[in-house]
Amino acid sequence: MEEVELNKEFITSQLTSSFGHYIINSEETYGMITITVDRSKILEIMNYLYLDPKLSFTFLTDLTGVHFPEPKDELGVVYHLHNLPANIRLRIKTFFPKSDSVIDSLTSLFSSANFMERETYDFFGIIFKGHPNLKRILNVDDLDYFPLRKEYALEDSTRTDKDDTMFGRG
Amino acid sequence: MTISEINYKKETTLEPINLGQLTTLNLGPTHPATHGVFQNILQMDGERVVSSESTIGYIHRAFEKLAERRPFYQITPITDRLNYCSSPINNMGWHMTAEKLIGIETPKRVDYMRVIIMELSRIADHLICNSILGVDAGAFTGFLYIFQQREAIYDIFEEICGARLTTNIGRIGGMERDFTPSIIAKIYRFLDDYTLALKEFESLFNRNRIFMDRTIGVGGISAERALNYGFTGPNLRAAGVDYDVRVTTPYSSYNDFDFDIPIGKNGDTYDRFMVRNEEMWESLKIIRQALDKLPAGKHHADVPDFYLPPKEQVYNHMEALIYHFKIVMGEIEIPKGEVYNCVEGGNGELGYYLISDGGRMPFRLHFRRPGFIYYQAFEEMIKGSLLSDVVVTMSSLNLIAGEIDA
Repeated sequence: MEEVELNKEFITSQLTSSFGHYIINSEETYGMITITVDRSKILEIMNYLYLDPKLSFTFLTDLTGVHFPEPKDELGVVYHLHNLPANIRLRIKTFFPKSDSVIDSLTSLFSSANFMERETYDFFGIIFKGHPNLKRILNVDDLDYFPLRKEYALEDSTRTDKDDTMFGRG
Repeated sequence: MTISEINYKKETTLEPINLGQLTTLNLGPTHPATHGVFQNILQMDGERVVSSESTIGYIHRAFEKLAERRPFYQITPITDRLNYCSSPINNMGWHMTAEKLIGIETPKRVDYMRVIIMELSRIADHLICNSILGVDAGAFTGFLYIFQQREAIYDIFEEICGARLTTNIGRIGGMERDFTPSIIAKIYRFLDDYTLALKEFESLFNRNRIFMDRTIGVGGISAERALNYGFTGPNLRAAGVDYDVRVTTPYSSYNDFDFDIPIGKNGDTYDRFMVRNEEMWESLKIIRQALDKLPAGKHHADVPDFYLPPKEQVYNHMEALIYHFKIVMGEIEIPKGEVYNCVEGGNGELGYYLISDGGRMPFRLHFRRPGFIYYQAFEEMIKGSLLSDVVVTMSSLNLIAGEIDA
């Protein structure tokens, strides 16, 4: 097998040839290749990245959620993958509406996804389909909201003695 | 010496026999052997573990939510409280993440000073883990002897930054003040003292028949399973994978130093112990090189927008006062962007995933805590082992509740 450099163009073209329009965007920010994909194919894409001998992103470094209330009120899942022998890192992002926050679980591929998906469910309310034990992990079981979503203010919004509107996001 | 030379067989591979009567045992949340607040519900058949469930979150403090309401320099004290056995590494990791986002180049002297502090705290982290492992296996002496050296490290931290455990050390752009000659003398003295202390410690444990019997073949994990479970740091290296962030993605001028990555073979408790011991020797090597070659220059980068000016200038010069006010009130421009930065923490790859929308506070900050990720392998590692081995395995993984729960 000839040596190929694992750069943004190569990874994107490999993914696009197999998944076509499910690959939405690819860019490189701060030295990290970032690819945005459609959530319906996330498990297949991860499987492909894992099994393809040229790519072999076999180490899941990190999995976390993010909530963008503007402009479309979307939740996202961000995966950081690592090809250890070639030392290439890859960030996979996927976004979906908050009202329909279901995505395939990666626990069949990575054992490490178990706790990280539970944490993401705990904080963002993202349902991971196929997870063996999807329940809260750090917060108490009877918490009735998902605390890292942006609509839950850190401070009590009824307080009038503190006015932060001049600074930051208020 | 490698593990294979010992060629020692242990009977822990026996499958548990279910006689229909299982006992449920709560190991934790407050048990002397858990060294932190986490609970393990064990299903026991006699003295063997049939299955287990880990519960965490007892000291969850919502750091990721708190960070969304704090300016960048106020996040440093939060990072102290992740892995509190090596808080300087967490502080520096956060500073380097912010510097990567802003685009600050630090002078060589800052890099070397950071390396010295980070390696000192790595020694502090590993020595606690290894000596406590001894205590859990019934050997108190090593712990009592070596713990004096942690005091020496904390004295050095105290002289550098004024604090001992939760250090809040350094700033974005550099260190708050330069090393004084007395700090450098203290570190040199520590290097000499610790060489002797670690030799003594190793002579108590490394070839100790009882200790070897208690740890070899206990709580082992293969390299494939360890990688699949997201292991990093000494626990992964004990399984035989030479992945070290300091070498693969050198930060803070780590590529200037000559050091080895010690690896084990079987990934068991003894290998983890040995890898941590060897890493302390490597850390001593790095500190000595960095001290000998400590470059001249300033102890911070020239970034008045982010680095607080000296107090006497704040009182006497208008520009310094303006910058001081702007930094403290968060009136500084922070670029928009998305950064992942990682350092080699005491337990492995400590990552910071930062999304900035240009506001004074992060839009989202996620900590990749190595302990949180590899703790999930614990259930698999202790299955079928004896209760006393569970305690030793837990101890050798260096589980820090602050890091797991964030």
